[in-house]
Amino acid sequence: MNLVLVGVNHKTAPVELREKLCGLFPDPGTAYQRLTAMPELSEVLYYNTCNRVEVLAVAPEADAGIRRLKSFLASHPEVHPEEVEHALYVHQGEAAVRHLFRVAASLDALVVGEPQILGQVKAAYRLATEHHATGPILNRLLHKTFSVAKKVRTETGIGDHAVSVSYAAVSLGKKIFGDLGGKTALLIGAGEMAELALEHLRRQGVAQIIIANRTLARAARLAERFRGRAVPLEGLEEELLTCDILISSTGSEGYVLTREQVAAAMRRRRQRPLFLIDIAVPRDLDPRINELEYVYLYNIDDLKEVVETNVQRRQQAAAQAEGLVAAETLKFLDWLKTLGVFPTIIALQEKARAICRQELKKTLSHLGPLTPSQVEALEVLTRSVAAKLLHDPIMFLKRNHHSRHAAAEITLVRRLFNLDPEEEHLQTPSRAESE
Amino acid sequence: MAALLTSLILLAYVGGTAAYLAYVFVQREGLSRGGAGCLAAGWLAHTGELLRRYLTLGHLPMATPGEALFFFSWTLTAVFLVLTWRFPIRILGALVAPLAALMAAALWLLPSRPGTISPLLSGFWLHLHVLLALLGTAALTLAGLGGVLYLLQERQLKQKKFGFFYRRLPSLTQLDRLNHWCLTLGFPLLTLGIITGSLYAQLTLGRFFNWDPKEILTLIAWLIYTILLHERLTVGWRGRRAAWLAVGGLGVMVLAFVGASLWFSGYHSFGSFRTP
Repeated sequence: MNLVLVGVNHKTAPVELREKLCGLFPDPGTAYQRLTAMPELSEVLYYNTCNRVEVLAVAPEADAGIRRLKSFLASHPEVHPEEVEHALYVHQGEAAVRHLFRVAASLDALVVGEPQILGQVKAAYRLATEHHATGPILNRLLHKTFSVAKKVRTETGIGDHAVSVSYAAVSLGKKIFGDLGGKTALLIGAGEMAELALEHLRRQGVAQIIIANRTLARAARLAERFRGRAVPLEGLEEELLTCDILISSTGSEGYVLTREQVAAAMRRRRQRPLFLIDIAVPRDLDPRINELEYVYLYNIDDLKEVVETNVQRRQQAAAQAEGLVAAETLKFLDWLKTLGVFPTIIALQEKARAICRQELKKTLSHLGPLTPSQVEALEVLTRSVAAKLLHDPIMFLKRNHHSRHAAAEITLVRRLFNLDPEEEHLQTPSRAESE
Repeated sequence: MAALLTSLILLAYVGGTAAYLAYVFVQREGLSRGGAGCLAAGWLAHTGELLRRYLTLGHLPMATPGEALFFFSWTLTAVFLVLTWRFPIRILGALVAPLAALMAAALWLLPSRPGTISPLLSGFWLHLHVLLALLGTAALTLAGLGGVLYLLQERQLKQKKFGFFYRRLPSLTQLDRLNHWCLTLGFPLLTLGIITGSLYAQLTLGRFFNWDPKEILTLIAWLIYTILLHERLTVGWRGRRAAWLAVGGLGVMVLAFVGASLWFSGYHSFGSFRTP
């Protein structure tokens, strides 16, 4: 059983390629249908987050599994297989486990410590279990992953400082309004970054979401997703009266809101504080708006500055987290290795049982009629001889699974007891020697 | 008994100060709870000491600046304890606890003058006047301190420069609510304190208002608070303006106490309380 992981992330693939791979299977059902049908993989987990597309699988034969996963990711009609081949990274065994831990603990992220990633991995795992794609190894690995990510978060405090733009916006909002519950958020334009910020805001309990966009249809689509209300861009001034938090991200050349418009709205709002976030380039909101009282305007550079001061604190936490991940990876691998000896133990016991049955049958046919208790005594005798004989090799396997030559020892035991008779014939002499 | 209560008060207030200051640095909630506990214990001892003095002197200990501060420290702690239970703005404790400790210690630090007390300083109405005025002032002091915190936090948010206090200070909304709460509590108390005082003056001196420096300054402060409350309720003033007015009101109140007691003379100044 081998753990293999194949994927692309923001470091290896340009955004165009990641987008295409993300859209490879818009419906996870189809993705899992294809993945679970692959005979080379016994367990599989497929996840894509904003910056990565990865498939983690358990494969009886590592090389065959990797080949399959590579061809799976290259199956997009619009991408050139070679292009994907360049961007792909492949991890096996220990590296795969460490990679997954690092992803979930947000150490491999574009923004180290970003808390969303764990949620995305959890959601992906839920989907995988719904499609019965995971098995004992991945189930255990993923549960371990979640606890490692949690441990990293609580022990290193890596997520304490807002280091993503959308998260920084939310934490600033909290310093202005206290609790964001019950507040109204207004989104102008419907960019991707704005969506991310909305996602954050909704998780903070924002009561109402209003989306204003030039094309009302797109606004309506987004409004449906966030259970909000779509309004045309012309109705903006009216909406300024009700909202508390405004996020603007249109592609407009000029200002969408001027100082005068906001000043007029502030009078009508009876000076209720207003938090404006301008993440558009070129800017949507007149910078002079920040001169108004009770108005807090942050543009993308302001937010980035907040983020940068926190990044350094995070880097220290990340170094600590790497140590934690390394330790947990080793622990998981230990467990995985104990898993490796079990098939051999079972094969040994089955072989012994088969021999007992066969020999007993032969002997009984020679001995003639016996009482049931005599038959039973013979059965007990053969079974206990076999068990006593097997005890030491089994203990040898179990006790030695930590050693560096674990795989070689298992092979030795299997060959010693001839547990894979057909393989013996297939192996060329030189291969057998090298093992 | 007196020595025991005294050391208990000072020990508890200094302990509360240490706990709250530690809370500001390390942000462990247990520390702020410990600080509040210390202040509560100190306040109980403080109450005991005030009662003891009242019983032995026959009047409230209000005749010297030290005694006045000692009494004010008691009202400030009382209002803060109520507040901290209603609004958990813990960092305010780091300002209140040292103030309470210093003002309580003033009783022993500032000189006390022996002599008999003017007969004007006893009687139920006068005690009511002092109690109401000081309770009101304590609430308004908290509004002023909260105003300082608000201005600090607002500046950081507006100028986008985030220092040591950014993470440690509560949100603007919370600080503004503190201003509102303190104002709605302190303003009526101060008003009643002024009314009872002028009624008492009418009874004893025959005049409601005597153009005494403390009276004038207090009236100015009262006007500031009236404007603030009025604008809050009608126009919806809040935030920075409310904070500035609360800070301004506090400044005038401090001047009324320090100035009118020490520099100007009038019948409210401590020097005139005692007959040699």
